[in-house]
Amino acid sequence: MAHDSSDPIGHHGNSEMVASATSESRMARYVLIGLALCFVGLFVLMPLAAVFTEAMRNGAGEFLTVLGDPETFAAIRLTLLVAVIAVPLNLVFGVAAAWAIAKFEFKGKAFLTTLIDLPFSVSPVISGLVFILLFGSHSLLGPWLQSHGIQILFAVPGIVLATVFVTFPFVARELIPLMQEQGTSDEEAALSLGASGWQTFWYVTLPNIKWGLLYGVLLCNARAMGEFGAVSVVSGHIRGLTNTMPLQVEILYNEYNFVAAFAVATLLALLALVTLVLKSLLEMKFSEQIAASRRH
Amino acid sequence: MTASTRKRWQFRQPSVIPGFGLALGVTLSWLILIILIPLSGLLWRSSALGWETFWAMATDQRTLNALRISFGTAFAAALVNVVFGVILAWVLVRYRFPGKRIIDAMVDLPFALPTAVAGIALTTLYAPNGWIGSLLTPLGIKIAFTPIGIVIALVFVGLPFVVRTVQPIMEEIDKEVEEAAATLGANRFQTISRVLLPGLTPAVLTGFALAFARGVGEYGSVIFIAGNLPYVSEIAPLLIVIRLEEFNYPAATAIAAVMLVISFAMLLVINMIQAWSRRRYGYGT
Amino acid sequence: MRSKRLTRLITVALLASSSQVGGLGFAFADTTILNVSYDPTRELYKDFNAAFAEKWKTDTGETVTIQTSHGGSGKQARSVIDGLAADVVTLALEADIDAIARDTGKIPADWKGRLDNNSAPYTSTIVFLVRKGNPKGVKDWGDLVKDDIQVITPNPKTSGGARWNFLAAWAWARQANGGDDAKAQEYVARLFKNVPVLDTGARGATTTFVQRGLGDVLLAWENEAYLSLEELGPDRFEIVTPSVSIKAEPPVALVDGNVDTKGTRQVAEAYLQYLYSDVGQKIAAKHYYRPFKTEVADPKDIARFADVKLSTIDEFGGWKEAQPKFFGDGGLFDQIYKPGQ
Repeated sequence: MAHDSSDPIGHHGNSEMVASATSESRMARYVLIGLALCFVGLFVLMPLAAVFTEAMRNGAGEFLTVLGDPETFAAIRLTLLVAVIAVPLNLVFGVAAAWAIAKFEFKGKAFLTTLIDLPFSVSPVISGLVFILLFGSHSLLGPWLQSHGIQILFAVPGIVLATVFVTFPFVARELIPLMQEQGTSDEEAALSLGASGWQTFWYVTLPNIKWGLLYGVLLCNARAMGEFGAVSVVSGHIRGLTNTMPLQVEILYNEYNFVAAFAVATLLALLALVTLVLKSLLEMKFSEQIAASRRH
Repeated sequence: MTASTRKRWQFRQPSVIPGFGLALGVTLSWLILIILIPLSGLLWRSSALGWETFWAMATDQRTLNALRISFGTAFAAALVNVVFGVILAWVLVRYRFPGKRIIDAMVDLPFALPTAVAGIALTTLYAPNGWIGSLLTPLGIKIAFTPIGIVIALVFVGLPFVVRTVQPIMEEIDKEVEEAAATLGANRFQTISRVLLPGLTPAVLTGFALAFARGVGEYGSVIFIAGNLPYVSEIAPLLIVIRLEEFNYPAATAIAAVMLVISFAMLLVINMIQAWSRRRYGYGT
Repeated sequence: MRSKRLTRLITVALLASSSQVGGLGFAFADTTILNVSYDPTRELYKDFNAAFAEKWKTDTGETVTIQTSHGGSGKQARSVIDGLAADVVTLALEADIDAIARDTGKIPADWKGRLDNNSAPYTSTIVFLVRKGNPKGVKDWGDLVKDDIQVITPNPKTSGGARWNFLAAWAWARQANGGDDAKAQEYVARLFKNVPVLDTGARGATTTFVQRGLGDVLLAWENEAYLSLEELGPDRFEIVTPSVSIKAEPPVALVDGNVDTKGTRQVAEAYLQYLYSDVGQKIAAKHYYRPFKTEVADPKDIARFADVKLSTIDEFGGWKEAQPKFFGDGGLFDQIYKPGQ
């Protein structure tokens, strides 16, 4: 536990009150740490443990067999494909948005930031619904798309669009506060030394923001692979074709195939854990660069 | 755009940094394509309903109940998260204890774990025959398939929002302020309640609002654990899905539009809190 | 207009990406057809698709791949309406296929007469699944409104199976009360007071009952009840057949609009016809669906179906009348079901 030298071990009394004015009594600390641990244990660790236990219920052998199933394999491939398309798109957007918002002062900036944040608080179901309203048979575009044989909904493009929508703010939100805090002096110095705009970006800005950028991409990727609500609305659930991993979890679960459902869920949980481990490693290794601007 | 006359209205303040046009151009095109066109499609569809139809659908008893459940449970969950999130952030910033780094990393799990997986896992735990549910059932406490189940799911989903907005602000707090308060005779409780907490208020409010906004729209984790009884444990996003399945597009659109407007208003409030806190305390979140 | 152009641009960009998917190596066969079905038919069509693909190969030398999509019947119909390119639909309710016909025109309005038996190649009925030993002594519909009974059924507004549940209960109550519809309504209202959870689909309801241990009785498709018995252990549950139930006819239809665009009419028609063949009927019986050609099925399979008095949807005026009356917005279900108020 804590080894704060300013902390006298505890009886109650006036002397302690003064001494402990910048720190709580040992008792209070234990209670607070206990509360925090219980809370994390109950709400975060237990669900995670449940996923792994259920998946391993019938042993590791069955766990592996399940993952070899062609439909599950197709779901994994689709999920990767969607992430490979969606994440780079939002990466480019996120850098551009952060550059515009953090490095310049212009009218309507707060409004623009709010719009970028919007997908964060829009229900995933609505994120799917808007694309149904845009491309479905009842929409303005629907008949035109149909007559040209273009399939957007219930196919990869629709799933990609819904995923891009949902993960839209992740990179930008990560970068904007970081770049705001770093200011523009480094860039100004580079420019005054004769560097071009692109050179400044590549050799000055990018090294400054690379860890924040990487973390933003990690989160964006985790969310892209794990999105359920929005994708569920536009997927069509064609087996082996338009089911992503989270949808496959639901399908297997609905087939009484609980071990398989939890096995796929385990993959997704592992993805989440790897994301967190990478993030922690980044923070540990580059704590100086990040500490200054830490938001997450 | 030159800075010759100070008083002239300017779209942006002058700067030597290049690339404004390109960056803003990319940002706006992508924003319009991915966010604004789809969302305005939704608003356009609901405006096509006509005001009276729209109002009738938005104030239908079942819709109102679903909205009330969504907002009520999200509010309760955000409150729980504020209390425990602040404690958790405090513990992580101020104390040292074994496993602290792991706990710190785990706080982000709900960000990264797919909501459907979370929903199934929570149901497994809290169902009457689950690990935790089986302990509570003899006591007459039911969690899964009741509104409490929804709150549990939303607490899970919203936890990182509070911790991650409050934590960096706590780290910035200067110990000297506390020492000064102590020197002036304040006891620990007074120092915390009068000196530290007021400074944290904007961050706590932001975290609360973010967790709340996220909770209102949450779908994947809730449907597994909610029981989905109309008027009792049916959340608004589920009602949208149900209306779609009934081929009732106008009603789905109307509920979605109501939720969208509320989300947008909440985000504006969050941004105002942040602007206000930047002015008042010199730092934002 | 700008918006339209932009959308077109992104369409082109995404098309490029979608065509890559094929290149990435999904096994596209010579012909591919898509069967959009409802929840409890997964196991049935898994078997049937394999049998049909083999037969098609023998008959024509062509390889056909049958893709399937499962979900709540209403949700599946909605996807087809919004453009899911189904070649055939095999849903729980006539009303759902009617909705596709009405909203898209891709299926002619008289689709029901195009195949035998009102386009229902197999039928089923509604039974009770109870916990082993039947601890609450549930024998018939009358027992379900007792105070200490909890009944699990999905939501009739979203689940096809739940609508059959609802009508089966109504049919029993009407017969028990000498044809009095008001009494029947009162009974069904009391029945739904005993429902603690309303899942959106049949599978969700089964999971709630079986896996979560909630409720005393599950109202289920006969095939679904037998399947869960088989999958989840006959030592945990048993089936109770009520005195009166309903003849549930899950219909199938060709989606003309889609097969003509894709050029798959021939194989899709053959696919549906094959459901009526001896092989198709035998597979249906194996998966606990009642075939109409009982003589071709395995006698052991047929023996499993209990003899029960079945009322039909015609007694409710057919689906065209029953759907809006009972399940439409503000219909009888909306009137009787108001918990928490």
